[in-house]
Amino acid sequence: MAAVTRLARDATLIAWRNLLNLRRTPGSVVAALVQPVMFVLLLSYVFGGSLGGDAYRTYLMGGIFAQAVTFNAAFTALGLANDLDRGIVDRFRSLPMPPMAVILGRTLSDLTMSALTVAVTSLCGLFIGWRIAGTLPEAVLAYLLILLFAFAMSWVGATIGLTARSVEVAQSAGLIWLFPVTFLSSAFVPTATLPAALQPVADWNPVSATATALRTLFANPAPPTAPLRDTWPVTHALPYAFLSTLAITAVFMGVAVRRFRAMGRG
Amino acid sequence: MSRARPAPPGDGPALRAEGLTKRFGTKQALAGVDLDAPAGTVLGLLGPNGAGKTTTVRVLTTLLRPDTGRAWVAGHDVRTAPEAVRARLGLSGQYAAVDEKLTGRENLYLVARLYGTGRGPARRRAAELLDRFRLSEAADRPSGTYSGGMRRRLDLAGALVARPAVVVLDEPTTGLDPRGRADTWECVRELVATGTTVLLTTQYLEEADQLADSVAVIDHGRVIAQGTAAALKSRVGGERLTLTLPDPASRPGALDLLAPLTPHRPHLDPRTGVLTLPTDHGPATLEQALAALRHAGVPLGEVSLAPPTLDDVFLALTGQETSTAPAPGPVPTKEPAWQP
Repeated sequence: MAAVTRLARDATLIAWRNLLNLRRTPGSVVAALVQPVMFVLLLSYVFGGSLGGDAYRTYLMGGIFAQAVTFNAAFTALGLANDLDRGIVDRFRSLPMPPMAVILGRTLSDLTMSALTVAVTSLCGLFIGWRIAGTLPEAVLAYLLILLFAFAMSWVGATIGLTARSVEVAQSAGLIWLFPVTFLSSAFVPTATLPAALQPVADWNPVSATATALRTLFANPAPPTAPLRDTWPVTHALPYAFLSTLAITAVFMGVAVRRFRAMGRG
Repeated sequence: MSRARPAPPGDGPALRAEGLTKRFGTKQALAGVDLDAPAGTVLGLLGPNGAGKTTTVRVLTTLLRPDTGRAWVAGHDVRTAPEAVRARLGLSGQYAAVDEKLTGRENLYLVARLYGTGRGPARRRAAELLDRFRLSEAADRPSGTYSGGMRRRLDLAGALVARPAVVVLDEPTTGLDPRGRADTWECVRELVATGTTVLLTTQYLEEADQLADSVAVIDHGRVIAQGTAAALKSRVGGERLTLTLPDPASRPGALDLLAPLTPHRPHLDPRTGVLTLPTDHGPATLEQALAALRHAGVPLGEVSLAPPTLDDVFLALTGQETSTAPAPGPVPTKEPAWQP
C-alpha cells in the first residue's frame, strides 16, 4: 500500500513539474490546441460538403475527439525524449523514487493537456453545429471514454519516446504512426466506403470503436451517406472501445516500464 | 521520512568499488576499476575525456549496471539495494541537470519532495539551501536565466537536499570561469567539513590537489595510480619549467645543459621546440636554467613556470600523452596556472 501511495505522490510531483514546464512554454500549448480546431474546420468545411453537409459535421465530431487525443501521444513521446536528452530522466533515476513515477507523471500531465484539448474541441464542435443530444450520464461516460483513450495513447507515445535514440527520432516516429492509425478508421469516413481488404482492419481499429461509441453516447446518428457495417466491433463499439483502451494501456504500460528499467543495462 | 546522516568517520568505507567492468559494444569502458573512500574523505577520480570517469559515476549512482564487479555506497550494494543507495546519495555535475523552466526554488523543492521530504520541510530546506548557495535573490527566476556558475551552484545544492552521506560530483567545474571554479571549490570544502564523503571526478590535477584526500588516476577504464595528491605530484615532479627554443640547432645542446638540473626526465618537443623540465624547486631551477642558457648563448622564446597538468601526470605514468586516449571531445592541453 505504501508503495502505491509513494508512486501516486511522486507521479503527481513529476506531473506538476511537467505542467509548470508547459505553462512556461505557451507556444507548444497553443500549437497543441490549434491542431484539433484546424482538423474540425478543415474536415467539416473542405470535405463536409461532399460527405453530407450538416449531418456529416455532427457525425464527424466523434471521430475528431478520438483523433485529437490520439495526436496528443506525440506530445508524450517528445516530452520524454526531451527529458532523456537533457539528463532530467537520469536526475530522476538517481533519486529514491519508483521508476514508474517518471513515466506515469508524464502521462498524467499529458492527460491534463488532453482534457484541455477535448474542451477546446467541444467548443469548436458547438460552433459548427454539433450538439450533445443524449442524456447527461451518457455524455459523462463519453467524456470518460475520451480521457481513458487519451491515457492509453499517451502510453504508446511514452514507449516511442523511451525507445527513440534521439529527440529528432522521437519527434518524427511519434508523429508518423498517427496518420495511418487515425485515417484507417471510421474517424472521418464510414468504413463501408473503404476497399474490402481494409474494412476489417478499420473496423477493429480502436480509434473506430472509440469514434463510434462516442457518436452513440452523444446520440449523433450516422448520416445516410455513412451506413454502419454489421460487424462485431461496430455493433459492440462501446464495450469494445473500453476493452481495447484498457488492453492498450496495460500492454504499453508494461513495455514502457520495461524500456525504462532496461536503461540501467546500457 | 528518515534523513540519512553522514556515517561517522572510521565506520568502514563510505564508497567502495571492486573490479568494475562495463563494455559498450566493442568499447571496454571499464576494465576493472577498484576504488576505496573512507567516510568523511574526498576521493578524486582524475582522468581525460573517455577514460571511464562518467561510466564509473553512473555505476556508483545506480544509473548503470556493471557487467562484472561490485560496488557499495554507504554500505549498500548498488546492484542489490539501489533504492537504499539512492536514498543516501547526492549527485551533481555533468548530467545531473537542472530544469531550466523551473525557478531555483522550484527545482530544490521538487528534489526535496522526491527524496521523501514533506511539503513544509521541503520548502524550508529549499530556502535554506538557496541562502547558503547565495541564490536567494534569484530564487524565483527560472533557472534558465542563471549564469553558468549560478546554475552549477543550484545543481550542487540539489545534491545536498537530503543531507546525503555520500555526494558524487561529476566534473563540477568543467566549463566554469576561474571565479565560478573557486566558488565551487569553496562549496566542496564546506561540504567535507560537515563530514560528508565526496567522490569528485575531474580533468584537472590542480582541482584534485586542492580538494581530494586521495586521488585515483583513471585511463582506458583502469585505475593506473592511486594515492595522495602529494605522492602523485612527487612522482611527476612539483612544477613544470617550460622554455621555447626557437633555434633548432641549439636544442640538443640546451637539453644536455638543462637535464642535470633536476632528477626528473626533461621532454623536448622537436616540432615546436618546447622544452619541458619537471622540477621540485621551481624558482631555483628557473634561475639556474636561464643563467646556463645565457652563458651558452642559446636564444630563448617564451619561458614559464607552472604546476603540473593532467597531461604531465599521464606522460609520467604511461609515457603517453592524454590525446592517445579515445577522447570524444577536445582534451584541454594546457591548464591555466592557479598559483599566484
